[in-house]
Amino acid sequence: MLKIKTPKSGKAKREIEKRAPKLVESGKKTLILQGTKTSNVLNAVLAEIYHLKKDSAVRYTRKNENIRPFESGGETSLEFFSLKTDCSIFVFGSHSKKRPDNLVIGRTYDHHIYDLVEVGVENFKSMESFTYDKKLAPKVGSKPFIAFIGEGFESVDELKHLKEVLLELLRGEVVENLNLAGLDHAYICTAVSSNRVFFTHCAMRLKKSGTIVPRMELVEVGPSMDLVVRRHRLPNDSVRKEAMKTAKEQPKKKVKNVSQDVIQGKVGKIYVPDQQVGSVALPNKAKGLKRERREAKMKHETNDRAPKKQKENSE
Amino acid sequence: MGTQEHQIDLGHLLAFDPLHHFPSPPSSREELVKECLQKGTELVQSIADTLFNLPSTEDIDGPLVKLPPPTTRLPREKHLPKPKPPTKWELFAKAKGIKNRKKDKIVYDEQTGTWKRRHGYDRVNDDEDIPIIEAKMTDEAGEDPFAKRQAEKKKRVEKQEKNRLQNLKQAAKVGALPSHIQLAATALPITGTQTAPKKVSKNELEDVASMAATATASGGKFDKKLPGEKPEKHKGKYRKFLPVVEGTGIGSLEKQQTEKILNKLISKNSHEILNVDRAINMYNVKKEKKRKNRQGKDSSTSSKLKPKKQLQKKSLKKGTSKKGKSK
Repeated sequence: MLKIKTPKSGKAKREIEKRAPKLVESGKKTLILQGTKTSNVLNAVLAEIYHLKKDSAVRYTRKNENIRPFESGGETSLEFFSLKTDCSIFVFGSHSKKRPDNLVIGRTYDHHIYDLVEVGVENFKSMESFTYDKKLAPKVGSKPFIAFIGEGFESVDELKHLKEVLLELLRGEVVENLNLAGLDHAYICTAVSSNRVFFTHCAMRLKKSGTIVPRMELVEVGPSMDLVVRRHRLPNDSVRKEAMKTAKEQPKKKVKNVSQDVIQGKVGKIYVPDQQVGSVALPNKAKGLKRERREAKMKHETNDRAPKKQKENSE
Repeated sequence: MGTQEHQIDLGHLLAFDPLHHFPSPPSSREELVKECLQKGTELVQSIADTLFNLPSTEDIDGPLVKLPPPTTRLPREKHLPKPKPPTKWELFAKAKGIKNRKKDKIVYDEQTGTWKRRHGYDRVNDDEDIPIIEAKMTDEAGEDPFAKRQAEKKKRVEKQEKNRLQNLKQAAKVGALPSHIQLAATALPITGTQTAPKKVSKNELEDVASMAATATASGGKFDKKLPGEKPEKHKGKYRKFLPVVEGTGIGSLEKQQTEKILNKLISKNSHEILNVDRAINMYNVKKEKKRKNRQGKDSSTSSKLKPKKQLQKKSLKKGTSKKGKSK
């Protein structure tokens, strides 16, 4: 036997509909969590990544026992969390003797793990350690510039993969229209050697240059760190093919009240509400035309005469 | 350096310099950071060069630019939404060439002579509006035509619900179920019963299990617990009765409780506690009684007995309270 289950409240229904697969997607949410053991550095790194992505991230602060993304069977609870929070990027921190300050960044497709990159964090400098003019501080949710420097990002396989994952993690909200006044920060990633990437976060100062294009100046605001690539797992070819599909035609928004006619061409329909003659403002404000006065007068005419007559009668 | 060297993806506001490599590894970290920032500024400038040259529209908040679609392709988050398979009726209608016609929402009702909705509450041809159903030759004797009408309607609704479930199942197979609908499996109906039994929840099962576990001579106290079995939920008494007998400690609780309730009741009606009319009435009645008593005092001499009775009662009460304490 099957039973049809539907959400009981409108709010629940809307919430579920938000999670449904869409033709054009509007950006991924990030889940930030850690394993049983973390270090001070890792705690700070995770907190600051969450801080940078506050508008589209979920932070789990409890210890998670059975998450080992690279091992088989170690991804089940991660996939469950991804389903539960509707996040499709995750940043998982763990600390061990073999892999100190370990950060696993991965993506999911249909709430199954798509790919994984493991990096170690070194030379971490937190946001607090930078001093700069606070007026420059980037706003939450503004679209960042992203710059990748170095041939390593093209020649080395791991770095190429890391570049794609980092781009997805950092790119922010997917927008069509961008406000140029809101541009205020940039992420700079440099491939220092074949397995080391220097990552830093900068605020941008837009200076006048005499032309339309302002002169850019970068001020480091942190965090900055070295990412040392350890293990990585590329997506399955079939899954990759499936995930790279895009909708051919964009969904057209229904245009209301506009129709095409063979003879007249484009015809629009306009709704004109009834003319409210009574409430139209008059050009000159004559006292006699005031509504209250008129109404009061009418009242007096009907009400006041009757009692007066009665009085006369009684006397 | 020219912009040709940089790959720029305006959709993501991304710039990539694939040619740069450090001629000699920088000696100190400061130098490395400085060099990176310098190179980064260059790249950011080249993004800005193309971005600020795009046609923009003025807005109150600042110039708005329409970004081109991104060139770096990133994987989707979820699969593409699948098209809904046609329902059985839609297939049938297509085969027969039946097309949907638009119907008015409001229809003239001849029964009542008004315009009414076609469907839903207070609709046209509502069962409640039909006062008379004319008899036909085919009618069977002893059958209520109104009840029959209602039963038929009910049957139609049930059939439609069955069809709907069938279509949803078909859609679920393809994976194109509407996002807000879930098909949940229920337990199989026991043969012979008409209604499908409700699915038993986890909590209910736990309750039943713990209840069954207590059905031993010791009340489940010495039973071996299975691995993963939780301790029974309700242990011991549900309800406690306070001692009726007055005393200290718990004994005085009962009194406190009743006093509390009494106080609540009294304070609720405190504004009307002194009924002046009634008080005057009582006073008058007492006065009247006194006068009457004075008149009849000569005949009866029972006034001396009364205080004695009261004394006896008091002593009795004291006795009982002492007993209660000793217990």
